[in-house]
Amino acid sequence: MGSDEAVRVRGLVKRYPNKVAVDGVDLDIHRGEVFALLGPNGAGKTTTVEILEGYRRADQGEIRVLGVDPARGDRVWRSRLGIVAQTSRDEAELSVAELVHHFAGYYPNPRDPDEVIASVGLTEKRRTRTRKLSGGQRRRLDVALGMVGNPELLFLDEPTTGFDPEARRQFWTLIENLRTAGTTILVTTHYLDEAEHLADRVGVIADGRMVEVATPEALGGRGARTARVSWLSADGMREIRTDEPTAEVARLMAQYGGSEVPELEVRRPSLEDIYLELIGAVAAAPELEGAAR
Amino acid sequence: MSAVLPSPMKVGLSRTGLEVRQFFREREQLIFTFFFPIVFLGIFSAVFSGTDFAGGVNAATYFTPGMIASGIFLTSFQSLSITIAMERDEGLLKRLRGTPMSPQSYFVGKIGLVLVTSVLQFGLLLAIAGLLLGVDIPSEPSKWLHFLWIFVLGTASGSVLGIAFSVVPKSGKAASAVVTPVVLLLQFISGVYFVYSSLPAWMRTVAEIFPLKWLAQGMRSVFLPAGFEANEPGGSWQLGLGAIMLSVWLVVGLVVAQRVFRWTRRDAG
Repeated sequence: MGSDEAVRVRGLVKRYPNKVAVDGVDLDIHRGEVFALLGPNGAGKTTTVEILEGYRRADQGEIRVLGVDPARGDRVWRSRLGIVAQTSRDEAELSVAELVHHFAGYYPNPRDPDEVIASVGLTEKRRTRTRKLSGGQRRRLDVALGMVGNPELLFLDEPTTGFDPEARRQFWTLIENLRTAGTTILVTTHYLDEAEHLADRVGVIADGRMVEVATPEALGGRGARTARVSWLSADGMREIRTDEPTAEVARLMAQYGGSEVPELEVRRPSLEDIYLELIGAVAAAPELEGAAR
Repeated sequence: MSAVLPSPMKVGLSRTGLEVRQFFREREQLIFTFFFPIVFLGIFSAVFSGTDFAGGVNAATYFTPGMIASGIFLTSFQSLSITIAMERDEGLLKRLRGTPMSPQSYFVGKIGLVLVTSVLQFGLLLAIAGLLLGVDIPSEPSKWLHFLWIFVLGTASGSVLGIAFSVVPKSGKAASAVVTPVVLLLQFISGVYFVYSSLPAWMRTVAEIFPLKWLAQGMRSVFLPAGFEANEPGGSWQLGLGAIMLSVWLVVGLVVAQRVFRWTRRDAG
């Protein structure tokens, strides 16, 4: 049973001198799934991920990544991971091919470097030095370096920040292919559509706590997707939340005697609305939380 | 799935290849680390061409050992402290730490880089001094034996000190600006650009603390004719003391480098 989990975290706490960055996070990531970690800046996303990657030490909590405590992770454990960090400006004078081939040499069972370069769409740029790559190309090179070791678990920290829509679509296809190949992926992102498109499950982290973990469709609970019917009544804008929007519209039509209902709108909240509500609830009540403890 | 990791040595040699390629592609490194002593040897030989430095030693002959010592210090200390500071700032060290690469491999790569660049630079300096500037290159094996240990102690201590000093610049951009003046100052007080014995006594006292003075003096013992040591401040080459001083710096550098070296930026928490 335990081997089904690529990541298992219980009660993770990380304190910095002037704040508690991660405050009791639980997290399970199943093998073979794409898990998206969402949250505003400073919510504890990067700290959590860097603890899983073994860059930082947790103050408390039980952490297993591929069955190993990252604080004790050795080189064999590292060879099973792929890490794509947030920023990279390094190795400016080396070419795409030089770097991917070189990094392949770090791993016991690497993928074929040229196939990796092809899969991230950089074959035409293989002789180009990295400082001449565009932002999107550079990011794809980072992914190539993260996946060339044939990892079981791949970490992607805000992989598409600064991408144009076309580049993001291409990048998503790349991630989908990796998932199809069986790689477990943990991706942090600011983009809700990215999470919705890529992730099997989404975790929302706010103020150092995991607010919710669910599939993108189920996020926010049953009530969150309730339709909203709004219109301009005689007393101003009205909004009704209902599970039967058709019946509500029919009722309004009858009320207005078949004529146009002013500014009628029926909508369901997007993932973004639900997400903002989730993190807003935390941001709005920090005092309360502190008092409750 | 059996996981046999590549040996640290093999990966280290592969890193050496990468480091050397990168070194020769970076214009700044090439000019200020590799060609600097060669250019200065040319300039000093031309400027002081009529000067006799006692015992029939001309400017080219006097400055050749100083520039060799200076070159060793540049290709080890300056090169490593600047590049490692930049690699830390740009996230390369963090990236490497996230792979199964052994830390030893990284340092093997750096040592390889220092050895390749310093040997090439020394060869070029020697060729220019001997062939173009008419400097007498020693042929006694005993002198070359001296050269060997001085060269090894010099590159080794310069390298570990460079690794340790790489934590001083706050950012990669600041690295050159922080490291270069330190190196320049040491060159001035250690008798690289001036005749050492002509420096004020207090300046020599300061220089005696640091390794470059001993490296330069050791190189003079190899490349200047017998009897010239009478012109040195102590009347001798002080090779024994030089060996001790360089070894102390090597050990101090090794200990400090191990304690202060970090894979991530200081602000990374």
